[in-house]
Amino acid sequence: MSMKTSTRQVDGVTIVDCSGRITLGEGSVILKDVVRELLSKGQKKILLNLGDVNYIDSSGIGELVSAFTTVRNQGGELKLLNLTKKVHDLLQITKLYTVFDVKDDEAGAVKSFS
Amino acid sequence: MKAKAETRGSGDSKIHQLASKIFAMIEQRVSYTLDSTLETVDSAEQAASRIATEAGFDDDEVMRIAMAVREAAVNAVLHGNAYDPGKKVSLAFEQTGDKLVITIKDQGKGLDPDKIPDPLAPENLLKTSGRGIFLIRSFMDEVVISATQTGTEIKLVKHVHGPSEGVKEASQ
Repeated sequence: MSMKTSTRQVDGVTIVDCSGRITLGEGSVILKDVVRELLSKGQKKILLNLGDVNYIDSSGIGELVSAFTTVRNQGGELKLLNLTKKVHDLLQITKLYTVFDVKDDEAGAVKSFS
Repeated sequence: MKAKAETRGSGDSKIHQLASKIFAMIEQRVSYTLDSTLETVDSAEQAASRIATEAGFDDDEVMRIAMAVREAAVNAVLHGNAYDPGKKVSLAFEQTGDKLVITIKDQGKGLDPDKIPDPLAPENLLKTSGRGIFLIRSFMDEVVISATQTGTEIKLVKHVHGPSEGVKEASQ
């Protein structure tokens, strides 16, 4: 299953609900495009809901890092929400779990944006 | 190993099933020659998932093996062959006794594994690439990278721990 995204606004935060696989090719490109489009519209508080992302490869991890740094470099914040066990484990072994701000409660995550 | 497992298996269906899987693994080899495309990456992953499942690995191990193969295929297609339609990727699965050996070979310039930066080093954590080999090493029991000027071969080995333990018990 390829990746799908939909966006919604909650209290000034853009929540991007992602599902499927973030892998080399389509999945990574979709994520990149979504983040780029949000930034172009001035939406710099981004919460990536990865609750339905069941697979991510090294390219997908790279794209998450790229999104994180791109948003931060433009003065925004990108956080992750609802990691599946597989994605959680991958971020742990790549030591990225502490780099990203990872949340497991949507309301709390929205409030955490400055 | 075979005979002992079979003796034990007659009284224990689970062990017998595991033993059967080991027998099925003995001396089997399947190989593919694939184009340097993204479809190859997906095909390699799917083949690895199917073969690892048939070999008796549990779901988590199947996922790790399939991901390691995917990462190796990505390296072969992107970094090795650079999507060159004239270059192929060779993929082989070999099941011998209690282990699955997977070999992926490209026709690129040859990867020097010593030149791959450590993706866990603080200065590399925010790099957007360079984690493939690290993940492969994390997920497989043995990884051997052989590079020449005519390509890179990466050999991945995973032992079927569950059935091996069952056979070990049977031999005691």
